[in-house]
Amino acid sequence: MDMIKVIINGKEYSVEKGSTVLEAAKAANIDIPTLCYLKDINEIGACRLCLVEVAEMRGPALGPWRMVTACVYPCTEGMQIKTNTPKITASRKMNLELLLSNHDKKCLSCVRSTNCELQTLCREYGVDQSTFTGTTNHYEIDNKTPIIRDNNKCVLCRRCVATCAKVQGIGVIGANNRGFDTFIGSQFEKALAETSCINCGQCIVSCPVGALYERDDTDKVFEAIADPNKHVFICTAPSVRAQIGECFGYEPGTDTEGKMVAALKRLGFDGVYDMNLTADLTIVEEATELIGRVQNNGVLPMITSCSPGWIKFCEHYFPEFTENLSTCKSPQQMFGAVVKTYYAQKMGWDPKDIFFVSAIPCTAKKFEVGRPDQSAAGVPDVDVAITTREVGRMIQKAGINFRALADEKFDDPFDIGSGAGAIFGATGGVMEAALRYAAEIILGKKLEKVDFPEVRGTEGIKTASYKLGDLTVNVAVASSTGKARELLNKVKNGELDVQFIEIMACPGGCVNGGGQPIQPAKVRMSTDLRAVRAAVLYKDDADETLRKSQDNLAVKKLYDEFFGKPNSHKAHEVLHTSYIKRGLYK
Amino acid sequence: MKSLAELEKIKEKTRGAIVLPDGGNEIRIVVGMATCGIAAGARPVYEALEAGIKENGLGKQVSLIQTGCVGVCQYEPVIEVYQAGKERVTYVKMTAEKAAKVLEQHVKGGKVVEEYTITYAQNGGKAPADGVVHTSLTDTVFCKTQLRQALRNCGLIDPENIDEYIAMDGYKALGKALTEMTPDQVIETVLASGLRGRGGAGFPTGMKWKFASGNRGNVQKYVCCNADEGDPGAFMDRSVLEGDPHAVVEAMAIAGYAIGADQGYVYVRAEYPVAVKRLKIAIEQAKKYGLLGKNIFGTDFSFDLDIRLGAGAFVCGEETALMTSIEGKRGEPRPRPPFPAIKGLFEKPTILNNVETYANIPQIILNGAEWFSSVGTEKSKGTKVFALGGKIKNTGLVEVPMGTTLRHIIEEIGGGIPNGKKFKAAQTGGPSGGCIPASLIDTQIDYDNLIAIGSMMGSGGLIVMDEDTCMVDLARFFLDFTVDESCGKCTPCRVGTRRLLEILDKIISGNGEMEDITRLEELSTYIKSASLCGLGQTAPNPVLSTLRYFRDEYIAHIVDKKCPAGVCKKLIRYEIDPEKCIGCGMCAKNCPASTIVRTDYTAPGHKLASMKIEQANCVKCGACMSSCKFGAISKG
Amino acid sequence: MKKKLTTVAFQGTPEQEKQLLAVIAKHKGEKGSMMPIMQEAQDIYGYLPIEVQTIIARETGVSLEEIYGIATFYSQFKLNPDGKYAISVCLGTACYVKGSGDVLDEISKQLNVPIGSTSPDGKFSVEATRCLGACGLAPVMTINGEVYGSLKKEDVKTILAKYR
Repeated sequence: MDMIKVIINGKEYSVEKGSTVLEAAKAANIDIPTLCYLKDINEIGACRLCLVEVAEMRGPALGPWRMVTACVYPCTEGMQIKTNTPKITASRKMNLELLLSNHDKKCLSCVRSTNCELQTLCREYGVDQSTFTGTTNHYEIDNKTPIIRDNNKCVLCRRCVATCAKVQGIGVIGANNRGFDTFIGSQFEKALAETSCINCGQCIVSCPVGALYERDDTDKVFEAIADPNKHVFICTAPSVRAQIGECFGYEPGTDTEGKMVAALKRLGFDGVYDMNLTADLTIVEEATELIGRVQNNGVLPMITSCSPGWIKFCEHYFPEFTENLSTCKSPQQMFGAVVKTYYAQKMGWDPKDIFFVSAIPCTAKKFEVGRPDQSAAGVPDVDVAITTREVGRMIQKAGINFRALADEKFDDPFDIGSGAGAIFGATGGVMEAALRYAAEIILGKKLEKVDFPEVRGTEGIKTASYKLGDLTVNVAVASSTGKARELLNKVKNGELDVQFIEIMACPGGCVNGGGQPIQPAKVRMSTDLRAVRAAVLYKDDADETLRKSQDNLAVKKLYDEFFGKPNSHKAHEVLHTSYIKRGLYK
Repeated sequence: MKSLAELEKIKEKTRGAIVLPDGGNEIRIVVGMATCGIAAGARPVYEALEAGIKENGLGKQVSLIQTGCVGVCQYEPVIEVYQAGKERVTYVKMTAEKAAKVLEQHVKGGKVVEEYTITYAQNGGKAPADGVVHTSLTDTVFCKTQLRQALRNCGLIDPENIDEYIAMDGYKALGKALTEMTPDQVIETVLASGLRGRGGAGFPTGMKWKFASGNRGNVQKYVCCNADEGDPGAFMDRSVLEGDPHAVVEAMAIAGYAIGADQGYVYVRAEYPVAVKRLKIAIEQAKKYGLLGKNIFGTDFSFDLDIRLGAGAFVCGEETALMTSIEGKRGEPRPRPPFPAIKGLFEKPTILNNVETYANIPQIILNGAEWFSSVGTEKSKGTKVFALGGKIKNTGLVEVPMGTTLRHIIEEIGGGIPNGKKFKAAQTGGPSGGCIPASLIDTQIDYDNLIAIGSMMGSGGLIVMDEDTCMVDLARFFLDFTVDESCGKCTPCRVGTRRLLEILDKIISGNGEMEDITRLEELSTYIKSASLCGLGQTAPNPVLSTLRYFRDEYIAHIVDKKCPAGVCKKLIRYEIDPEKCIGCGMCAKNCPASTIVRTDYTAPGHKLASMKIEQANCVKCGACMSSCKFGAISKG
Repeated sequence: MKKKLTTVAFQGTPEQEKQLLAVIAKHKGEKGSMMPIMQEAQDIYGYLPIEVQTIIARETGVSLEEIYGIATFYSQFKLNPDGKYAISVCLGTACYVKGSGDVLDEISKQLNVPIGSTSPDGKFSVEATRCLGACGLAPVMTINGEVYGSLKKEDVKTILAKYR
């Protein structure tokens, strides 16, 4: 690795050649304030907060001092950098004042208060009111989908725009109009509901301020808990345990499963269940479906259906692939369906009296609960889906001291999940879990080695080929809809011959979902959230003795007592669904 | 086109039509048909001449040509009559009828129609006092001290006829570069000439080319031309494109050869339909002659040129924004580095120069670097074209050597300030520039001097102002423009310029406080240092330069609540002098606000009681003052 | 710069769509062809309503929002066609105090066209302008350049009748 010498605030450092000033300072443990910068996603030098003073070598002598944007300016050999001069401070203060002069400063109740990058900077620089008066822009809040957009708080950093267009390959929001009237919106100022937005929520987690947030459904949950006639259950998705600690000051990548369960019990749920269980159920159904398609010349490649963002993406952008989608409901929906059919029957409850909550690092799940053909018991399988952030807020609001709680365990009878179910939260996890199942079925014997490392890791597209007896299975895994687009185009053009594809709408899978706790850009700059959170799940898996879905006794029991066998008629009624060819621009 | 010899043949054939051979009786009539000429009515003039020539059977002897702009805007439509061995005759403010008379009396009868000539026009329509009638524009003060290098063919040749361009040594420079010079030699020549970019900050053109010259032949590169002339009051680039489009085409091909690019784009304002049309014709003709396309002049060099139209965004004059726009996106600028020479259009090495810069290139190649650098100042070589406008007698397009004083341009070429008013300041550089006060009228105009006094060359708009101009209002005018044109990408420009404008609004409405001046300065300094692109970085210049030279006017607005120039409506007052008012009531009749009433005072010697303005409802439109025939109403 | 949303009902013909598709086909594979396509589309339709932008989005694969972002960035792209009769009412100070605001409102009401947009049938566009410099005639408006002065709210009906 080529290194160059730079001098930051008078001290010499050796930094990687090609580093930006921002990266060099970061390497020296100095944070330069940013607002529009989001590593690898938005590096456009627009907000101008990261201006620093630099002087570069001009031949043997030092050239003049200039203000440059640290986020995009490359370091050069011998460059002098000053990150905190009075001139720079004055410049940042002025910048913040200008932003505040056109910002809806309802900070007290803002969902991002204390986790707002603008607020943090204002505190650091002692700016609370703008001395500028003048016109301000006023926008209607778009709150017709799970994704809520409040342009009155937007600072036009465009991180959401870059995420939507570049990472997710969707581009339903962008900059409209020009100059002071510029705002982020959709075509012809339509609400997101009228666009082909997939509700992935990646825009939310990229927003530095409170201009984007999810619809808050926590009140509905509190009300249900308070209703004595309701049986209120919550199940937590695999990734939530790897994220929720962050809401309470833990480092990203901390496993707080036990505390999470303990906290949820204290919120008053009648049962706290592990979604890893229905992840296992999904695998059994989905892998059986795959084997069936292979054996009966069904539509291939089959594509996973756990990610509702991906489902809507497929329906809008690749309607020709909807037949390729596994008809399996997602683990969340399966859980609700199982509880409202099998469990209700067993307990002698009216499904109407069950209020089923799903805790999930996902905003698209809020859309999924309202989809057609997701009501196995005649009522919606899931009543409310709440994000990891909402779960965190509920626990805070209820005054539960999360950090002090002792670990507790999930409730009977939905407390067993395999390691295969746990890794659902990371890209490649569903594929690996399915392979652990399919391999055993096809080979007809117990698997010695259950690890399939080829499909692990944060890479956007992964492909692998496995020889299972006489059968060669080619698989592909994509995370982010941008990568999904790339992959599907290859399949469409015949460049890629695969039988099974796993697609997750969010980059890195659910661990990096649109409902995850929001980490500021400076944390995302040095920590790959996808990797550290996924590591929690893979550790869970490695530590488990139960590592294959088919070995999950709770799942076996479900088949024994209710479904009969995988893909049975009953299973189809309860655990499978259908799709809509939505297309674009109708 | 396979060789220089072929080019020479065309030149030989056509040259005689432009520079009329001695002893012949051919007559060449050119009609100024640039946008301004057409708008002033040049088309019927041209048609009248065409019909007249046909009717009179003069077709063999007389050639009728449409040409570009000769530079004397206020005299359009202009026609000029050339005859071998005779002085060129410039007829101004032509009409179809006048043209018919010129044809009859001058072309057929050999007698100049003196009363239509420029000399008469410049003398208020009368014969000059000394009786000497110089019929040619060349002999007027307006032209005498100009040096037309970039504009050399404008107003002389037919811009829609490539042969005429070739007759004036057109495409010879390209031929020379391709067949006699290496690409590096071309760059060295441009570098040695000292040519600097004519569109903005004045970056050395040769340097730009050199930066982009690496790795020739191995990577796709682009040559771009900035013809998105958006400054209010500037039209140099339009004039070149309308009068001499081939110069730009030729120069871009030379630039392509120099850096190793085979594709060029001209980014033109859509508001310039005539320029676009002529440029299109020029490109087609050049393609037909093989001067664009594959293997030009029989060499390995190939070059193609396309036009891209702007769509109404001033910021696209900024180089990275222009490239983003050509790429088919919102024309928002990108941070530099990477510089376009390394990563420009479509992320490939790209050079961008403006029209006037390119117009100088062929002659530099033909005549050498020294020829070019012999004119101008130490650091600013060659000439500069200015669009002279505002409160000045001779408005128009002028080209002078770098280093010419502002006084010379205003007093000599421009003919001074009309109506006996005093020169107050000149504004250069449009919304990016600043003003030059009367005290600095002897400044030699070049890049560095203008920067030193807080203005900039910009593309070359030169607006002259007299004592009736309010400098606060002027700053406000430019700011209003910038706010409208800000792209909205970076915070300082998007929000900061809007706040600047609001402070100025506050001051001109009489609500200013002294702290506002400090605020203006702080904010301006911030916007300059923090903005992403040249638009924001220069947007506060009109504010800072008026504050620098006319601070007292700001103070008058703030402290005395008065606009010394009598411009800012909220701060002016119309008053009727009861002693002068005869009570005719015309003012009251014309008052749109019905706020003028009759008093009960009758001044001595008058029959009717005088009138009075009820100030509360006055809208300060000035209708009363212009309707008063007795000078009884004053503005203060 | 803020653009007013389209108010005129789309009346594109199959012929126009054919032309547009031909334009897009012509530019296929060409780098940076979005601006020329949009400019030529506007030449065909006179403006760029959602129907036209949707065709462009569908055929080029560029997102509709991105195209809308471009359309609202450049001042020459129009979301509303100019009316067959373009009405401009002066809102300069002199006109305003003499009631041009009322006149403007009356026109907007009678034609049922919001200020700054065009009637659904494309016949009238109504806008407010800065001072037209005819303060002596205040309030003033122009219809396709023809000047009407000393207006009263009551005059609006008769004047508009001439154009209906």
